[in-house]
This record gives sequence, C-alpha cells and structure tokens, in this order.
Amino acid sequence: MDFWISQLFNGVSYGALLFLLAGGLSLIFGMMRIVNMTHGSYYLLGGYVALTVIWRGGNFVLAVLLGALAIAAVGIGEWNAFLKRLSGQELGQVLTTMGFALIFQDLALLIWGGDPYTIPVPAVLSGAYTVGQLYFPVYRIFIVAVAALVAVVLWLVLERTRIGAMMRATVDDPEMARGVGINVYLISMAVFALGATLAALAGAVAGGFVGVYPGADFEILPYAFVVVIVGGMGSLKGALIGSLMVGLLDNFGKALFPELSYFTLFAPMAAILAVRPTGLFGRA
Amino acid sequence: MLEVRDIHTYYGDSHVLQGVSLRMEKGQVVGILGRNGMGKTTLIRSIIGFTPPRRGQVRFKERDITAWPSNRAVALGLGLVPQGRRVFPSLTVLENLAVAAKGNGGRWTIARVMDLFPRLGERAGSRAGKLSGGEQQMLAIARALVTNPELLLMDEPTEGLAPLLVREVGRVIERLKAEGLSILLVEQNLPLALRVADRVHILSRGQIVHSSSPAELMANDGVKSRYLGVA
Ligand SMILES: Nc1ncnc2c1ncn2[C@@H]1O[C@H](COP(=O)(O)OP(=O)(O)O)[C@@H](O)[C@H]1O
Ligand SMILES: [Mg+2]
Repeated sequence: MDFWISQLFNGVSYGALLFLLAGGLSLIFGMMRIVNMTHGSYYLLGGYVALTVIWRGGNFVLAVLLGALAIAAVGIGEWNAFLKRLSGQELGQVLTTMGFALIFQDLALLIWGGDPYTIPVPAVLSGAYTVGQLYFPVYRIFIVAVAALVAVVLWLVLERTRIGAMMRATVDDPEMARGVGINVYLISMAVFALGATLAALAGAVAGGFVGVYPGADFEILPYAFVVVIVGGMGSLKGALIGSLMVGLLDNFGKALFPELSYFTLFAPMAAILAVRPTGLFGRA
Repeated sequence: MLEVRDIHTYYGDSHVLQGVSLRMEKGQVVGILGRNGMGKTTLIRSIIGFTPPRRGQVRFKERDITAWPSNRAVALGLGLVPQGRRVFPSLTVLENLAVAAKGNGGRWTIARVMDLFPRLGERAGSRAGKLSGGEQQMLAIARALVTNPELLLMDEPTEGLAPLLVREVGRVIERLKAEGLSILLVEQNLPLALRVADRVHILSRGQIVHSSSPAELMANDGVKSRYLGVA
C-alpha cells in the first residue's frame, strides 16, 4: 500500500512538472501550429539562468522569476526574427526550431559547462512530511502547488477574459480572427512568450528537484510532445490530464517494470491515438 | 470610399481575378452578382486582405490598403460577413461579439445588436457552433456590426437560409442602408440584390462583364440569361 501511495505521489508531482512544460507547448502548437523543438531548450535555459542568479547572490524566488522572464525574451526574439515568417510551413519550423535547440545546447555547454548542478532550495521548501512510513518531500508538494496555481490562472485567463476569448477565436479560425479585427500577430507573440515563460519556469523549478544538466532539454522534450499529442493540441484540459497520465505511467512503469519503462509509457499512448487521433481533448 | 483598381488575384498559379476595378461612394449599396466560381468571394478576400491581389490596388478611405493585414483594414473601418458565416464555434455568442467589439463609442454596441437580433440575446451563453444556420448568420452579421464598420462586405448572407430568414436578412440590410452604412453585397438572390442595391456589377471568370443600375439589369434579359442563368 505504501508503495502505491508514494509512487502515486511521485507520479503526480512529475506530472505537475510536465504540465508546466507541456501546457505552453500545447498552446503554441494549437494556436500557432508551430512545432516548437526549442521548447526543451527554454526548459534547460530557464534552469541555468535561475542557477546563475543564485550564484550571484539572488534568492530562490528572484532566480525562478528572472529565469522565466529572460527566456520569455529569448522566445519573443526567436519568434519575431524567424518563426512568424514560417507560418504554415511545418518543415521549415521543425528545422528552424531544431537548429535553435542545437545552438542553445552548445551555448549552454559553453557557458555553464558539462557538470550537473542542483538549484539550492530555501529551507522552507526542503525537508519532508512523514506520515507513518510514508515520506512526502516538501519540494514536490511545492511543485504540485505551483502547477495547480498556473493551471487555474491559465484557465481563468483563457476562459474568462476577452484576451482569452481572442486566443480561442484565433485557434478556431485565425483568418477570420483577423477579419473581425483581432491582432493575431500580437496574440501569437504573447502566446509564444507565455509558452516559453512556462517552460523556463518548469526548468527553474525542476532545478531544485531533478537538477540542471546538459542533455536535460532533449531528455524532457519527448515527454512534452507525448503530453501534447495525447491530450490534444491547444487544449489546456488535455495538457493537464495528459501530464498526469504521462507522469504516472512513467513513474509506475519505471518502478514496476524498469526494463520496459518506455514500453509502459508509449504503448498506452499508441492505444489512445489509435482510438482518438486528435488526442483526448483535441479538435481536428 | 472604396476603390478597387485593376486587381489580379491568384491562388497559387491559378489566376482568378483578372483585372477587376470598381468604385463605391459613401452610403451606397453595391451588388456583386455572378454564378458560382466566378470570383465573387475572391474579390471580397482581396479587399479584406485574406488573399491580397498580386497586382493592382485596393484603396479605402483614401489609403492604399492592398497589402495590409486584415485586422488593420478592419481597424480602419472595413467589416466582413464572410461566406459560410464562420462564427467562432467554440466561443459563446457573447464571446463572438466581445472579441470583435471595438468599443469606440460607435453606433453598434453588443446591447444594440442584441436588440436588432433578439434571438442572440436569448442564446448569449450558448456555444456558437451549436446554433442553427439562421442564428449563425445573425451572429455573423452582428459580429461585423460591433466592429462599427463604415463599409460592410457581405458575402452571400442569405445562402442556405429558409425563406422567412432570407426576408429577415433582407430587412436588416435595408435598415442598415437607411442608416447610411455603405455595403458591398455579394448575393445570389437576385430579387433581394436588385431591391437594395444602388448599382450592380456582374462577375464572370474573374472579370466584371456588366455594370449598371438594378433597373437596367432587370430590363436586360440577355445579360441576365447569359451571366446569371435566369430566363
Ligand atoms: N482556396 C482556393 N484555392 C484554389 N482555388 C480557389 C480557392 N478558392 C476559390 N478558388 C477558385 O477560384 C475561383 C473563384 O472562386 P470564388 O471566388 O469562391 O467564386 P464565387 O464566390 O463567385 O463562387 C473558382 O474557380 C474556385 O474554384
Ligand atoms: Mg463565393
């Protein structure tokens, strides 16, 4: 029993981290039809920038925020300089964003070197609650709380504000969105920046959990894509459910059948896509 | 108000509009007629900027808007009721209006369009994708009106509607005209177009082949049978 509860908890907290990463990817995918291979790099760079802020004497909160904001700027720059010209050209997007991912990978190696680091977390977030034999690290609870907060805020913005309605209108019919006067260009840039910010936030937060290390970008990217594809592009609900599913499957897979962990992750995905090609909550 | 100067519009290699020119004055209703596939929608798309012409010019309120993104043209005062309605299906009726509303102190507010189409008020919270075809058409018109356009582009607003609704749309167009709104109206319903238009143009294979007053067209059986397929 204890095994199940603690694995469940681990799966949910990993799912929460994935949601931070994949929520933004899903919006970018769904709204702008941009297949963004750089998303993992935002995650990596968010962690490294946060680390640098801490090395320079900044506190944890400042580090996480600066990491997220710096990467928002990187995302805006990348989108403005390249991606907005490539709308509708999937191959061009994949190649461009893949190119950026490789460049960022090398830059990170050049600047931060090849050693793994862990972002030191403040005292209030370290330690663990123990209940009987069970052990719940505070930091994992914190990650779940951050993801829950982000989910609620995103949902409120998307469903309850005029800007959110404009974003959904853009997903429904981008051409007609322009035809009623919506500045799709600005909306797209905002969505792209938001996605990059969330990915960097995920990376900074993950820095205190799984650490920051070379290769983390390409390690986590497939998970984010699986979440988006299973949940359905552009659907916040889909990203949330998909993240939890992937987090749980990955955790239980690794714990129960360590030699089959990719199988236990990807087989259910394939089954879902066979039944619902647009993902659980996606539209065609 | 609007001047289209010798525009040529393509889809890929296919040369659809082959030198179309027309002018509209403020307060006029101009009808565009022609059979299916003759380029009427392409003309609308060229003006609003969905498919900008490769050659020629679109001028609106003395500005060259040929290469403008559509949202900029809408900001300047173009409004669009597209063919096929194209309401935002996942948004509610109210949201469809809210995202378009300019709130610039113009005549049309969300409350006013709901007075014009009471049915929209009753269904304010419903997803637009769940509305009937007639209700979607009302919403498409209302959505264009809340942008407070000076020139309204309407592409077959009565297409696929039951006769009762065709009459209602006709009444709305007449009312908008009476209020002084300029309208470029693409319409297959000949009696309606002839009743409301000040001037009509017929498009055939991407060119304007006939321009006249509605009365002259009404009397010209040759043109009517040749280009509109009516006896
Ligand atoms: N997106 C498109 N791609 C290629 N050809 C198109 C497209 N839309 C319309 N056409 C072609 O352009 C011509 C004019 O179409 P359209 O402007 O829609 O005519 P109308 O509105 O008068 O029925 C037709 O031959 C049609 O097949
Ligand atoms: Mg048409």
